Amino acid sequence: MRIIVPIKQVPETTNVKMDPVTGTMVREGVEAIINPLDLYAIEAAAQLKEKFGSKIVTISMGPAKAEEALREAIAMGCDEAILLTDKAFAGADTWATSYTLAQAIRRIGEFDLILCGERATDGDTGQVGPGIAAWLDLPFATYVSKIESIQDGEIIVERMVENGYEMLSMPMPCLLTVVKEINYPRLPSLKGKIAAKQKQVAYWGTAEIGAQPNNIGLKGSPTRVVKIATPQVARFGKIVQPKDEHELNRALDELIDMLKQKAIL
Amino acid sequence: MEYKGVWILGEQDEGRIKLVTLELLKRGRALADKRNVPLTAILLGEKIDAESLKKLGHYGADQVIVVEHPVLRYYLPEPYLNVCKVLIEKHHPEIMIASATTTGRSLMPALAVKCATGLTADCTELDIEEETGNLIQTRPAIGGNILATIKTPVHRPQMATVRPHSNKPLEPDPQRQAQIIYEKVDENLLGSRVKRIGFKANPAETASIQEADVVVAGGKGFKKAENFKMVHQLANLLNGAVGASRDAVDLGWAPYAAQVGLSGKTVSPKFYLAIGISGSVQHLAGIKTAEMIAAINNDPEAQIFQVTDFGIVADLFEVAPLLIEKLRNHLPDKEA
Repeated sequence: MRIIVPIKQVPETTNVKMDPVTGTMVREGVEAIINPLDLYAIEAAAQLKEKFGSKIVTISMGPAKAEEALREAIAMGCDEAILLTDKAFAGADTWATSYTLAQAIRRIGEFDLILCGERATDGDTGQVGPGIAAWLDLPFATYVSKIESIQDGEIIVERMVENGYEMLSMPMPCLLTVVKEINYPRLPSLKGKIAAKQKQVAYWGTAEIGAQPNNIGLKGSPTRVVKIATPQVARFGKIVQPKDEHELNRALDELIDMLKQKAIL
Repeated sequence: MEYKGVWILGEQDEGRIKLVTLELLKRGRALADKRNVPLTAILLGEKIDAESLKKLGHYGADQVIVVEHPVLRYYLPEPYLNVCKVLIEKHHPEIMIASATTTGRSLMPALAVKCATGLTADCTELDIEEETGNLIQTRPAIGGNILATIKTPVHRPQMATVRPHSNKPLEPDPQRQAQIIYEKVDENLLGSRVKRIGFKANPAETASIQEADVVVAGGKGFKKAENFKMVHQLANLLNGAVGASRDAVDLGWAPYAAQVGLSGKTVSPKFYLAIGISGSVQHLAGIKTAEMIAAINNDPEAQIFQVTDFGIVADLFEVAPLLIEKLRNHLPDKEA
């Protein structure tokens, strides 16, 4: 079985501190990491590899620095890594990104499964996974929380939706985007770390993937970011620090009054 | 090709129209009025309740296009994609918006690829640019640290998903009527390689933090799993759902389905109560659109207090039991 895992390198934003005065992100010491939600896709692939002896190819689109993320993915069990890097890829939105990744996947050749993180923590769109499936005309499922079974070229998965879990079956090749509930990502093993140092990361550009120049990068992107603003996070609400039980009682009565005004009570 | 009209993609569950549909109608109504064009709701399903379809007029729709077929009973990627694509190719809407639900966020990216147009995810604001008629789409990104405004200047239809429960429906106007149109689609477009072979419903209490009016969420301040039952008691007293911080989920006190934040679910309840949650940026980004936020935390420096309307700096083990008692006195018939 051959599994493809597209990943993204993102800024470490989960523990970012906000400057309470300016309301902007404190950027010092922000490192580049593998998108945390991609770790679940890598782990899911690694578990299938243990079970079925699969081969895992990881790909990423980004600058040369993103090679670090690919090497980390190798340390977790991926066998091959491809970096899609080209000035012409820059500025891509999710449409152009999913096209570029789909072109690279076509070039890789036969595969059984594409596993993606549900979304990246920087863009937070979740659009690239289903986009790749559309480019490649694959059956797909998003928000997958469990791979139930793989048998005779058919995969059965559980998909987390608003009010529960759907059980879905589909033929392979197919694409899944996975959520955190699916597993606990492993730490890189020593063997993995050695492999990560030794393996070659292939560099592919526009020519190697046979991409249409009109479909890639900013030029191929239907959407345009026209403004970036810092959201006003602070509500400047009332903060009370009750010194005794009497004050605490008063604070809670005030809260209950607010709930009554809002017609919640 | 002239692209005209605003579409919203409605959602149904077992033939009943979901709340997000009405929310989208309000968004869509505002855009359609600015563009001076009709507002159309698209509904796919098996047997959709006819009375509810009529009511979509009361909530702002001028027209409702309904496609019914057994394969459309539940969302499945391929038939939904094919039906939407065929409708777009037939009617050429200028704008199409869907809710950023598990359905919208799955279907729309594939549809945008197939229709060769742009899509903006999880918008919190939509507007029309007067000079050009372009859809102005605003959404949080980078862990909620920025608000990006995005346009699709050339490609049509302009597509966006809208954060669920980030607005309320319009007040229904029984005088307003919508034209209901049932469309047939070629059977060949209704095949599905993905089959839905089962469903496990969430237990009632965790039903949906995204749909609840009240969410009571707990964090690692509760120290032990057994203490987390106070969150359940408060949620029950307030008719709300139980939410949890990432730490609480990682500690196994609550299921992942209850996780609030960018790596979990974004919520927009009328009232969000955070207890023992310090408030990481990714958590704060997930609650920003809540109407009212209150927090209980013993650390006055906790970031959660930056976003609260009402904050109580105190030990949750003193505050929570007292609040439970007070709420019980207010609601004597409630058991919790």
